[in-house]
Amino acid sequence: MAYTAETIETLAADAAQIVSRYPDPNSALLPMLHLVQSHDGFVSPDGIEFCAKTLGLATSEVSAVATFYTQYKRRPNGEYTVGVCTNTLCAIMGGDEIFRSLSERLGVGHDETTEDGKITLERVECNAACDYAPVMMINWEFFDNQTPESAAATVEKLRRGEPVAPTRGPASVGTFKETSRVLAGFYDGRAGEGVSAGPASLRGLELAREKGWTADGGGTQPAASGGESAPQPGGEHSSVDRPAEDPKTDGKGEAK
Amino acid sequence: MTTLTPILTSRWDTDRSWTLASYQAHGGYSALRKGLAQQPADVLEAVKTSGLRGRGGAGFPTGMKWSFLPAPDGGPRYLVVNADESEPGTCKDIPLMMADPHVLIEGVILTSWAIGCHHAFIYLRGEVVHVYRRLLAAVEEARAAGYLGENILGSGFDLEITVHAGAGAYICGEETALLDSLEGKRGQPRLKPPFPAVAGLYSRPTVVNNVESIASVPSIVEHGADWFSSMGTEKSTGFGIFSLSGHVTRPGQYEAPLGITLRELIDMAGGIREGHELKFWTPGGSSTPIFTAEHLDVPLDFESVAANGSMLGTRALQIFDETTSVVRAVSRWTDFYAHESCGKCTPCREGTYWLRAVMHRLEAGQGDPGDIDLLVDLCDNILGRAFCALGDGATSPVTSAIQYFREEFEAGMHTPASVLFPPERSAVFDYVPTGDATTVAGVH
Repeated sequence: MAYTAETIETLAADAAQIVSRYPDPNSALLPMLHLVQSHDGFVSPDGIEFCAKTLGLATSEVSAVATFYTQYKRRPNGEYTVGVCTNTLCAIMGGDEIFRSLSERLGVGHDETTEDGKITLERVECNAACDYAPVMMINWEFFDNQTPESAAATVEKLRRGEPVAPTRGPASVGTFKETSRVLAGFYDGRAGEGVSAGPASLRGLELAREKGWTADGGGTQPAASGGESAPQPGGEHSSVDRPAEDPKTDGKGEAK
Repeated sequence: MTTLTPILTSRWDTDRSWTLASYQAHGGYSALRKGLAQQPADVLEAVKTSGLRGRGGAGFPTGMKWSFLPAPDGGPRYLVVNADESEPGTCKDIPLMMADPHVLIEGVILTSWAIGCHHAFIYLRGEVVHVYRRLLAAVEEARAAGYLGENILGSGFDLEITVHAGAGAYICGEETALLDSLEGKRGQPRLKPPFPAVAGLYSRPTVVNNVESIASVPSIVEHGADWFSSMGTEKSTGFGIFSLSGHVTRPGQYEAPLGITLRELIDMAGGIREGHELKFWTPGGSSTPIFTAEHLDVPLDFESVAANGSMLGTRALQIFDETTSVVRAVSRWTDFYAHESCGKCTPCREGTYWLRAVMHRLEAGQGDPGDIDLLVDLCDNILGRAFCALGDGATSPVTSAIQYFREEFEAGMHTPASVLFPPERSAVFDYVPTGDATTVAGVH
């Protein structure tokens, strides 16, 4: 059950490196929990104890943090987390059907793992790729513009132990443990793999190039070219300007 | 007609755009040399004069935020970049950091110089591992080139950047929850005041800014405040990335002056998908009240969107056509808020729980008489009564959808949303529906 002396030595060396990134050691806790997952495949009781001892916290304090964040797993996770976005936009564009069909194919529901330990299926929240909807994430790499068929083909490859390549990301998806180690801040040297941007990210830029639109003089400005504020249909510079004048509203909007 | 202004997006299609070599080949880090040759106060003044307002949703003037820091007392002060992009619909910062991480780093260095910070943090959501790689690699490249570390470019200025990955929690996009999370705690918002400018990270003076805000700083230093404010409107100056998603022909990122309209943007995106028409849309993410076709000509600037009853937010334009059930859409957003409520304050924790329950039965066609009034009453007891904006955001889709599409909520008392609006008609691929069409999809 408990970590061997050798394991503790290895983890302690990594933890020391994490702690050194911050003015306050407690800031190391989130990356250390990723580190524990990279070793155990989930946040294990041993891992919680290790974090607590390293940072001088109570195990209950570490557990309180570990249970707050969805990326920390309380049970052994599959080798690959397959997450289908079922937040509104992706769900409506087809994410619901993709999740349903994958769930049926794998015989598992949300946050459940296949018997062979290969795949944990999840519904995920918006992953900031809405222009590529419907989106699937595998170990937090982007699989854009999915269909039930494309998702099924990818998942079958994973079950056969074949590598799969994300649309925007490295040449192949790492395992859950490998990915967790990167999230602990240990760079795996793979930033140079993959594209700069997908096609949707470049749509506006390509249109601007085609039309000869630039930011330097070429762009015709709406409303107030040159700083004047011409009235606009639909209500314009009205009295509603709270964010500009009241610092109290500031953090609220930052909450998104 | 408004035209696009690619600035932040301008390097995204260059070869290996994420590398230092590529960034420098396209003018990168020249603003840094210019800024370091100026006094920090001059850089701050330029950003203030430019009128740049926060691009993370609130629209608070960036330069003013910096100037709220108290006078130096000899102790540390911090810059924390909010890279926790998670507002449903929002998808601009992630592609920016993936394609062009150095523009963010250059912005961080210039901002740190302006505010007297020597250790900056980039708090990135954990669910985008390749973006994390690109940022980690970029920081190392910048350090090796002498842009980070001690005595940057011989200026005597020292700066370290720590790129920190979160672990999955929408609430950490709220700036004080983000700070708690960065301190190794549960990400829960703090009561304000004190504001982060006075007591932020480790209780020290701290500036928290969105990725796109900070990434806009190098261009302001390079081209000047007047150049920046010549774009956009009088009170919403400059440019921003507009993210179109959903039922448009060409979804994607369109960088334009603030004040452009959705009509213009949809035209650029090739129109609503063929054979369909616009039904409703969000101007700035799911937390901003929805708009309809009647708002196509509202200038997308902070003032005009607010005057029309919504918020510019993050310019996350989620477009839905007439095949879409507004009840289904709102029900799913409500699931999201209930799932992501941090639990710290009662109105949000309990309120989102009950909103979800009511939305689920309406979606299933099993609503009770009085449910619409109940929803409105619930929203009334959340809005303005929660610790942070998450609770407020949860009410936005509900109240605005009732305002514009009340009849669909009334139909939810007898007919399932999936019968009124078969989901397969909204999907972007063809499929034959299976199973019980009236089942409400499960939630987390």
